This record gives sequence, C-alpha cells and structure tokens, in this order.
Amino acid sequence: MAVDTAHPAGAVAGSGTSILPGALKDAFLTGLIALGLLGPLVGFQTVIIDGALGLAYRPLVVAIMVGIIFVGRLILNLTVWSPNRAPKANAGSGPLARGALAIAPAFKPALLAFAVLFPAIAAFAMGGLNESRYLLDLGILILTYVMLGWGLNIVVGLAGLLDLGYVAFYAVGAYTYALLATSTPVNDFFAAILGETFWANWAFWFCLPAAGLFAGLWGMILGFPVLRLRGDYLAIVTLAFGEIIRLVLINWVDFTGGGAGIASIPRATFFGIPFNASEDGFAALFGLEFNPMHRIVFLYFVILVLALITAFTTVRLRRLPVGRAWEALREDEIACRSLGINTTNVKLSAFATGAMFGGFAGCFFAVRAGFVSPESFTFDISAMILAIVVLGGMGSQIGVAVAAAVMMGGMEMLRNLGFLKQVFGNDFDPSLYRMLLFGFAMVAIMIWKPRGLVSSRDPTIFLKEKKAVSGSLVKEGHG
Amino acid sequence: MDVFVQQLINGLTLGSIYGLIAIGYTMVFGIIGMVNFAHGDVFMVSTFIALVCFLLLTTVLGITSIFLALAIVLVVAMFFTSLMNWAIERVAYRPLRGSFRLAPMISAIGMSIFLANFVQVSQGPRNKPVPPMVTDVIVIMEREGYQVTLAWKQVIIMVLTSALLGGFWYLVQKTSLGRAQRAVEQDRKMAALLGINVDHTISLTFVIGAALAAVAGTMYLMYYGVANFADGFVPGVKAFTAAVLGGIGSLPGAVLGGLLIGLIEVFWSAYFSIEYKDVAAFSILAITLIFLPQGLLGRPEVEKV
Repeated sequence: MAVDTAHPAGAVAGSGTSILPGALKDAFLTGLIALGLLGPLVGFQTVIIDGALGLAYRPLVVAIMVGIIFVGRLILNLTVWSPNRAPKANAGSGPLARGALAIAPAFKPALLAFAVLFPAIAAFAMGGLNESRYLLDLGILILTYVMLGWGLNIVVGLAGLLDLGYVAFYAVGAYTYALLATSTPVNDFFAAILGETFWANWAFWFCLPAAGLFAGLWGMILGFPVLRLRGDYLAIVTLAFGEIIRLVLINWVDFTGGGAGIASIPRATFFGIPFNASEDGFAALFGLEFNPMHRIVFLYFVILVLALITAFTTVRLRRLPVGRAWEALREDEIACRSLGINTTNVKLSAFATGAMFGGFAGCFFAVRAGFVSPESFTFDISAMILAIVVLGGMGSQIGVAVAAAVMMGGMEMLRNLGFLKQVFGNDFDPSLYRMLLFGFAMVAIMIWKPRGLVSSRDPTIFLKEKKAVSGSLVKEGHG
Repeated sequence: MDVFVQQLINGLTLGSIYGLIAIGYTMVFGIIGMVNFAHGDVFMVSTFIALVCFLLLTTVLGITSIFLALAIVLVVAMFFTSLMNWAIERVAYRPLRGSFRLAPMISAIGMSIFLANFVQVSQGPRNKPVPPMVTDVIVIMEREGYQVTLAWKQVIIMVLTSALLGGFWYLVQKTSLGRAQRAVEQDRKMAALLGINVDHTISLTFVIGAALAAVAGTMYLMYYGVANFADGFVPGVKAFTAAVLGGIGSLPGAVLGGLLIGLIEVFWSAYFSIEYKDVAAFSILAITLIFLPQGLLGRPEVEKV
C-alpha cells in the first residue's frame, strides 16, 4: 500500500512503450526537492570562529546526497514502481508468513529457553565469564525494555489508552529506590533494631515492592483526572505529566539532588548476601572464587524473572473479568458503558497496573546503574517504549519481546560502527547518527507495517478451538 | 505596576510566537485529526534556516540594512520550511492516511526525533548565538530608576503577527482555498465528491502551517538571538497547549491560547519561580483538558454511536 501511494505521477503517465522520459522527469523533480531540503542545513554549517558565528560550506556532501537520491529514484521508477511490472501477489499469504505460522507454537518455549540459558551461552561463546560482561549487559538492557514494553502493553495494547508519559512511572520507581536506599533516617532506624548493615543489604528487596506500589499509586493519582479524556488528548496530557515529573526532579534540588542525580545507591544483594569478597559475601558462602560477574549474572536473572512476572500477570489478567473489560473497552467504549462496566475504574486499573510494572523496572534500573539522574527519564525513552509496543504489534507479547530485542540490539550495533571511521575519516562519529536512524526507522516501519511485526493476536475467549485473529481486526481504542 | 506593564509586553511578544506555531497544530488537527508532533521541530529547523540565510546575507553578501536582511530572511525561511513540511507530509503522513489512528502519530514522533537529530548532526550540538539584530528601545515610562521599555523587535513581532493573522483570516474565510479547507475539515468524503482535491488541500494546510512556523522561527531568532537543535520540543508542546487551551480546530482560539500561554509563562517567571515556568505551562495544559476539554473557543465534541 505504501508503494502504491508513493507511485510517482510521471511514471503513470508514461505507461506505454517508453517510461524513461517520465521516470527521468520525476527523478529530476525529486532531486530538486532534495536539494531544497538538504541545501540550507547540510550545505551550510554555522560554526563559531573567534567568538563570532560564521559559515562553513559543504557543497560536495550535498551534491553526493542529491545524486544518490536522484539515481535511487530513477532506478526505483524504472524497476519497482514501473507500470509495466505485473502486480504483486497478496503479500500476507507469502511463504514467509506461512513459515512463521508453522514455527509459532515452538517459538515461545525456544525463546524462553534461550533467555534462561543466555548467561551460559554468552560465557561459552565469549570464552569465559569475565569476557561475557558486554553481552550480559546488553541482555539486561534488552530485558529491561522488554519488561517496560510489556508493562506499557497493558495500557496501550490491551486497554487502548495511549500513554506518552510512561517514563514518569519508570522514574518514580527508580527514585523511590534511590531515595529510600540512601536515606539516613531509614538506615538509622534499621541499624538500631536489626544491625548496621541490614538496610544496605536488604534495601533492594524491601524497595522493589514499594517502588511498584508507589508507581501504581502515582498512576492512579495521575490517571484519575485524565481518564475522562479521549485519544490524542490523553496522549498529550500523559506527555505533559511525564515532563512535569522530570522537571520537578531537576528543580527540586533538596529532595532529589537535582540535575546531578543520586549516586552511590546500594547494590543488589543475593537476598541479603552482598556480592563482595568478604567472608559473609556470596562467593565465600557458596564456596566459589570471588568474581564481580556473579552480581551481573544475578541481575540478569532478576530482570528476567521480573519480566516473566509481567508477562504471566498479563496473561492471567486477560482471563479475569477486569482484563476482559480492558479489551472490551478498547473495542467499543459506548457498548461497555451500556453494559454496565464502570469505564473510569476499568481504565484506572489498567493505567495503575501498567504504572506498577514501570515502577518495578525503574527500581531495577536504579539498582543496576547505582546512579539515577533526570537525564535518564526523557521523553525519548517514552517514545522508544511506545515504539517497541507499536512495532511489536499492539497487544502481542511475543511481538513486543522481539521488537525490544531488534530495537535495542540495533541501537547497540550502531554504537559499534567504528570501522566507518576508516571510510569517512576520523571526524566521523557514528554514535551521533543513532537517534537520527532511530527516528527514520520509526517512520519507515510505520509506513511499511502500521500494524506491527506480529500481525495476529491470541483470542481472549474461544469456542472449542483457539484460532489466531488478524491484528487488523483488533481496534485500537479511543482513550 | 511598572514590572507588571513590562511583563505584559514581554508576555504578549512571547505569546505571539506561540500563537503562530499553534496555528500549525490547530489546522492540521482540524483537517486530518492528528497531533503533528513534528511541528515543534519544524519550527526549530526554520530558526536554523533563518540563521543560515541571515549569515549569508550579512557576512557574505554584505547587506547592512537590517530590515532588508530580515525581510529576505523571512521569505527564504518561509519558502524552505514550507517545502520541508510539504515533503514530510508527503513521505511520512500521506501513506498512513486511513490507516489506524496511532500510526501517523508514531510516524510524527519518529519524524520529530529525526529532525532534531538531523540538525544536531548537520549543525552541531552547541548553541548558535547571533549578534543582537534590532537593539533600539522605546522607553514608555520611568519611575524610580526602573524603565519600562518596548523594544523595536517586540513591536516588529507584534505588528507582523497581527498583519499575518489578518491575511491568514482572509485566506481561510474568503478565498476558495479556505473554503475547500473548511469543507475537507467538515467531511472529507463529501468534499471529494464535490470536486475538491483533498490531497492538494491537505498539502496546502501543511505548507501554510509551516510558513507561519517559519515566521515564528525567524522572530524567535531575532528576539532571543540563539538557535539550538533541542529548542523544538518544549516550544512545540507549549504551542500545542495554546492550541488546546484556545479550543483545537479554532484559529482565533489558537492565537488567544498562544497569548495566554505567553502571558502565564512570563508572569509566572516574574512573580513565582523561573525554574518551574515549564511546569506551570504543562499544568495549564492538563487542567484545561480536564475541566474544559473543548477549550475556550472550541466546539464541544459530540460522541456518536
């Protein structure tokens, strides 16, 4: 469909014997537009010379880029968009889609087994535990986003409420842990009754439920006034709330430490046993040689369990009346109301549940990094989580997991494009282009597959036999 | 009193800029029912186009008359920004028309990230300060050493905004283009049946919105004397707040909302705390939507089965 609408007018006109003149004209026009778009900002660079602003010129770069666009458009006009080409067969039932359906039942257990065995696989592949640190960190990052995606999926995918401020709950969770764990009064209180090191060792395990509950509470506080709103309005208000929370974190210096953030947050412990080289440490108690990697492996399993809890809860909730009410609400709000469902309460429960999982993830983020600052909770994160949910196909859990792995893995790969320096010279910094490509990918994926990567849904309720439902039959909700 | 008058002037100036951006939001929302997230970044790109053009004119071509330079900058910025927004609509939004509601919104968020990073990559992440352009001021009143001043650049901004709004109002109310636009807004299918080129009309809406954003961008550059790649998001959200406050879909509402947001922001900074001025603006957005979802001048939305 995307190809259809982008069909150049010039090529249509020349649908007889020769399409070259039309194609050339169209490519020339495209090149001209590209020149207009790229000329001012790529061709001229504002640079500060001796304190004053001056201009540097890059005509060659513009010429190359416009040239690429001209040639690319010409080739596309003559081949893919050519009117002489036979129309493509229905893409949905291609061999790829059928193959995907065939492996679908085995896919979930295989993915789960891979996730559980990942630390061992990583250590084996890299030739040692210490060498696998990078892969494990990447795994933790991806799982964090999988969990956030699954949490937001409850709000966006199931209840059909568009939340653009999800990062606020992530921040609430992270700051709950950071503030409680570093708080001196709390530490003194526990030191007096349970021993000096008690709070440092147990803080994470006490704060994890607290962070989730607190974030859920915030979800209710924020959700209650705004859930009467519909669609785009809800999106904007949640975005505003996300920004408000971040701005308060920056400006309320006495309480949150301001832009500098909170450092030296206590690390995760093995249920009270710290990961250090002391006699009471994890390694000594289990008779292992001390290795700082133990903590990383443990963190990996913590986030894996947290993510699985999120997924499991969602699956179970979908079978409860409240979960069915969420999906019913997404399909038709007016019908829900006429059937006696209290829409405000149902929306609020979805919002708070999603927020709670965001809070858990935030708490985990704080304990992993050992440092929190408002920098980590920008709108970009909300956009990224939402992109993961939409790209995964809203409502499909496996899709969200795959999308998170693709997106975060892709972003990480862009970090490692150091070899491009040899092509473009030493001034070229590939990491600058990460977000540029990310934005471009978001647009491209939406145009290519507006319904996400996984286009079938599990039905909530079925007669005799479970059949997959096409994603395009699922409504997206009004809220 | 003196401080109050001074802040009133500053607030109206800032409000004019917000109002110009807000029109772009409100028109696009009115005609295709989509929040154009990238509009704030379109505004930011226009400040850079204006900056490049201004530098070209003054340092390379050596134009000394600042007003001539500003006039040329304005036209050039309007042209290139319009071209860009036309292309954005064509590439990122048009293929998604008629698709499900979230798709164009995600696409717009992606476009917003793309534009901000495109400018960061091509122009560098640092602030770009321009030398002050119009520095003359008129002293309106003076008491106990405190001068209430009206800067010429503020006069330019307010006069230009009013003039443009007049012209724009004429365009929407009196010309056939405006009629087509309002018709598409009411009922796209019916408008198409009556021979209105819907695609063309929607494209022109984006072009007009971008042209007004470019005026705002040029004025912003002249007023604050700085351009930065990250300066699109927050003004964009504030302008959207203005559009919502005035009643989304309503053009006079967008301007009224813009002026109100500008005044609220400036007075909040002057009398309460400058750190929380953005919090104040965002809170206004939330409060308006909760208690007055149709805005000040908007029509209430009727839900049909």
